[in-house]
Amino acid sequence: MPAIGDEAPTFTLPDTRGALHELDGAPATVVVFTCNHCPYALAWHDRIINVATEYADRGVRMLAINPNDSERYPGDSTDAMRARVDNGEFDGVPYLRDESQEVARAYDARTTPDVFILDAAGILRYRGAPDSDHDDPAQNAAWLRAALDAVLAGHAAHPDETPPVGCSIKWKA
Amino acid sequence: MQVELLFWAGCPSYPKALADLRGALVEAGLDPDCVVVREVGSEIDAQAQEFVGSPTIRIDGRDVQPPNDEPTGLTCRVYRRRDGRVSPTPDPADLRDALHAASSMPSGRS
Repeated sequence: MPAIGDEAPTFTLPDTRGALHELDGAPATVVVFTCNHCPYALAWHDRIINVATEYADRGVRMLAINPNDSERYPGDSTDAMRARVDNGEFDGVPYLRDESQEVARAYDARTTPDVFILDAAGILRYRGAPDSDHDDPAQNAAWLRAALDAVLAGHAAHPDETPPVGCSIKWKA
Repeated sequence: MQVELLFWAGCPSYPKALADLRGALVEAGLDPDCVVVREVGSEIDAQAQEFVGSPTIRIDGRDVQPPNDEPTGLTCRVYRRRDGRVSPTPDPADLRDALHAASSMPSGRS
C-alpha cells in the first residue's frame, strides 16, 4: 500500500479495445479508480474528465481504471465500459480494465471513485476524493486541481490525502 | 402511513437519505421518527425484498422512484435529481411529492 511520497505501483492494463497502457513518466498522472454503476462515480465523472481535458496541455495524463467484479455486477463488464467510451463519456481518457483486481489492491483503492496523483518520477503525491462534495458540481474537483497545480509546480499538495468517498470496490469472492 | 428505508451498509448514502426523508416528513407535518429502517444484508435478502440498491425508500409499499428493470442486489442505487444530475439519494422534492401523494390517498388504498 503506497503512502504519500512512496513510489506508486506500476501496471500494464488493457483499455476497452485491448490496447495496453502503462505509466509513462508524464509530468503528472492521475490514476482514478471508477466504474459504471456507482452513483458517486457517476456524479463526479464529468468533473474528473474535465480536469483531464483542461490539464492535457500541461502534460497531465489521466488513466481511468475499473476494477469491479463484473460477474456479480454486469454493469461493469468490458462491453458496458466500451459502450460508455463509444458514447464519448471519457473524452479520450483511456478506460482500463483491472480484471484481476491486482492494480486496485496494489494501490489499496477502496472506493469508486478513488483518485491518485503521481509525479513524473512515479511518486504518489495525492490520494482521495476529487473534491469535498459529490453533490455539488460547483466544487469542480477542487482538491484534484489544487493537487495537480502543486505537483506541476514541484510543490507538495495541500491537502495531500483526503478520505475517498463512494461505493466500495466490488472485490471478487 | 408506512414509511420504510431499506439500506445496505456497504453504501455510504443512507444516512443522508434518512436525514432527507425525516426532513420531508417534518415539512409534511408528520412524525420524523415513523421511519422503519431495515438493513439488507445478503443477496438472498435483496432478492426476497426486491431491493435494487441502497437506499430504497417506500411509502405505503410504493418506491419513491420506481425502478425500471434494475436487477436486485447489494449495490448503491443511482437516482436522478430533477435537474438531471446523478445522485446516490433521491431528490428531496420527490420525497415530498411521494409523502403528499400517500397522505392524499384514501385510507386503505395504498
